[in-house]
Amino acid sequence: MDYETLRLIWWALLGILLIGFAVMDGFDLGTAALLPFVAKTDIERRIAINTVGPVWEGNQVWFILGGGSIFAAWPSLYGASFSGFYLAMFLVLATLILRPAGFKFRSKVNDPRWRAFWDWALFAGGVVPALVFGIAFGNLFEGVPFGFDSDLRFHSEITLFGLLNPFALLVGMISLTMIVLHGASWLNFKTEGPVQARARAVMPYAAILFVVLFALAGACLAHMDGYRILGVVDHNGPSNPTLKTVTRIAGVWVRGEAIPAVVIALLGAVGALLLRRRPLMAFLSSALVPAATIATAGLALFPFLMPSSADPDVSLTVWDASSSKLTLAVMLGAVAIFLPLIIAYTGFVYRVLRGPVREQDLGGHSY
Amino acid sequence: MDLVELSRLQFAVTALYHFIFVPLTLGLSVLLGIMETVYVMTGREIWRDLVKFWGILFGINFAMGVATGITMEFQFGTNWAYYSQYVGDVFGAPLAIEGLMAFFLEATFVGLFFFAWDKLSKIQHLIATWLLALGTNFSALWILIANGWMQYPVGAHFNADTMRMEVSDFMEVLFNPVAQAKFVHTVSAGYVTGSVFVLAISAWYLLKGRNAEFAKRSMTVAASFGLASALSVVVLGDESGYTAGQNQKMKIAAIEAMWETEPAPASFTVFGLPDLAAHKTHMEVKVPWMLGLIATRSADTPVPGISELVGIAQKNIADGLIAYKALATIKKDPHDAQARKELDDHVGHLGYALLLKNIRPDIENATQDEIVRAANSTIPNVPVLFWSFRLMVGLGLWFIALFAFSFWLSAKRQLDRWRPYLWAALLTLPLPWIAAELGWVVAEYGRQPWVIVGVMPTALGVSSTTTTNVTLSLLGFVLFYSALLVVDFYLLRKYIKLGPDAPQHEEAA
Repeated sequence: MDYETLRLIWWALLGILLIGFAVMDGFDLGTAALLPFVAKTDIERRIAINTVGPVWEGNQVWFILGGGSIFAAWPSLYGASFSGFYLAMFLVLATLILRPAGFKFRSKVNDPRWRAFWDWALFAGGVVPALVFGIAFGNLFEGVPFGFDSDLRFHSEITLFGLLNPFALLVGMISLTMIVLHGASWLNFKTEGPVQARARAVMPYAAILFVVLFALAGACLAHMDGYRILGVVDHNGPSNPTLKTVTRIAGVWVRGEAIPAVVIALLGAVGALLLRRRPLMAFLSSALVPAATIATAGLALFPFLMPSSADPDVSLTVWDASSSKLTLAVMLGAVAIFLPLIIAYTGFVYRVLRGPVREQDLGGHSY
Repeated sequence: MDLVELSRLQFAVTALYHFIFVPLTLGLSVLLGIMETVYVMTGREIWRDLVKFWGILFGINFAMGVATGITMEFQFGTNWAYYSQYVGDVFGAPLAIEGLMAFFLEATFVGLFFFAWDKLSKIQHLIATWLLALGTNFSALWILIANGWMQYPVGAHFNADTMRMEVSDFMEVLFNPVAQAKFVHTVSAGYVTGSVFVLAISAWYLLKGRNAEFAKRSMTVAASFGLASALSVVVLGDESGYTAGQNQKMKIAAIEAMWETEPAPASFTVFGLPDLAAHKTHMEVKVPWMLGLIATRSADTPVPGISELVGIAQKNIADGLIAYKALATIKKDPHDAQARKELDDHVGHLGYALLLKNIRPDIENATQDEIVRAANSTIPNVPVLFWSFRLMVGLGLWFIALFAFSFWLSAKRQLDRWRPYLWAALLTLPLPWIAAELGWVVAEYGRQPWVIVGVMPTALGVSSTTTTNVTLSLLGFVLFYSALLVVDFYLLRKYIKLGPDAPQHEEAA
């Protein structure tokens, strides 16, 4: 397999792993984001928490694996994005640190203030990552102010305040609404009674808001400067982002290749709304939303991974930010062996845990 | 403090916090597997109670391990961006495979372990428990393959076109002897930690005169598993010493505070007061032959001392400067064949030249005096290593003695007879953590000034971020972790006091 093909496969795998994270961890982040609103009493909250209690840890590994794969397959992107978005990443990590403790410790002490504290910690752990990842994606479209010196040492003028611009906040809201929609349709699927009723009532609002914001972002992109590589770059060349010329052209982020993904994202949201009385179908439909939204972003940006507004020529692309051919090949082998296994045993676990969570199920080791 | 110091401090603090929880997870997961196996084989309910009770404590600890672990992986990107760029091609792969092979397994089956007692058959649940234990141990394997490469960077080469290290032989990275020795040493240390935890808390129940049947069974398992593990830690720690002797001569010399080369067979310093300024060790007490046997497995190979190794470092720096200058030429003209040949011939010591970056940015103009200073900077903090190592080994020997005695008492069915023994077991509770953290200090602090030995000085690896950012995140992590640690202790204490026959939730009471 040649270097170009391996790079393309790893670009697709990057998308697949991020989609795995958004779909799998997405519904437990969404559940946590809805927790204070759809569940009022302590029993209701425990029901909501226990719908994701046994599986959230496995789901979160999609995030860890996403990070690990960027490290292994796209090391320049790994260093640039995480150090560039330093304080934003810290906010994500800080709220994710609270999640394991929130799930595990909340029900271990019978005190309303203690439990309320952890409920809001879980809420933050759901809302903040969803919002920040969206904001980060929004900034990728606009370009990020960074450069490389001749040792390929990354430097940037990114500030937290600079990241919080209107378009990025819009994308952050898209990310949050899709996660909330997905979480609501999970609760609609896994609970009964008042929690289910409230979650179901959230779904139309989240779905419609998502469609509106998604269309708005599309309209913004049509007017925004996108990035294009000038001339020919060697798709089999060395991973060195300083060897090409890049220009900015208005509207180039809007492109035909992304249309199928756009359609699926919108249909997924509408489907979740219309099918909400058939909870499993609605959940599968809402899973399409984060999947297709990430696919839309990836396809629109291709071949860019992280465009630079300060020095467009050193933008990170699929052709110059990857690992060596050997590492990409070895890692592809590892994914080919382990990803099917992961999907198989994760499927087994969800089958064992099938069915709604009811009050009488709470007890023993549950949260 | 400057950016490098702050970033190092943050890494050390977060790693040491994380390493409070990791060894216990490693050890308890296997102990849970053993206890549940006994339950499935004998069918006696008390063994299931054992699994469930130690499982609660395992779960509280596991949550903290996950919470502190998230930071570790992402910190390479946030705080060590140039490190990630420079070696991600090699170092990233084991971390990603850890996620694929290990962390998914443990994180998925930990859910079944807690939530599926009524949903799985006995055998199915036992398999879930063992998969959980397998996942945690695989996790350690891949992390230590990554770490082993930092100590002994095999199977990789420098690529001038991408300005970074790239894999040339993945099998060499995988079967790195340092990684293998470290893996077995570290997981054994985890098993010792888990065994001491079970032994000490059970001893407390016996001292209180409660839950005797439960406590004695727990102690029997802990004593036998702990004895095997403690022996393995020391024997395989010796294997670690041997591989360090082969590959990290400076670390061995620093641990020994051995300033001058020891003629074969080298003796081992049991006690001494290393003096960093005078390059001397006062009041030495030496055991003849011992170091030579540990480090070289022979009686006729000398073990090089610090002065000799600094001299070698000086030569390496001069040699590396040739590579560095050739690289500068290649940057201007990538097609200069002469410069590429020169780089190839000297690239092995390029990392040594980079040590000069701590002294001046334009290292090609370095003076002989600066080269000597850079060579001297390869000496780690000798007194810290000397004492950390001795304390760790002393603790290791104490664990062997304690477990051997426990094993003997257990065989004679006299575990509850000797109160001084029970007190000793209880008071040993914090010691494996001290040993484990000291082990981290010896391995990682002893690696300085390198982040990757011979390839990249630590100071070069940091991100181009601000000290304000790192100060904020450092304070944030310390605050969050310390608060969570207090909660963790509070909950562990609460559930230990409630004991095995209490219901698991208060509202169920």
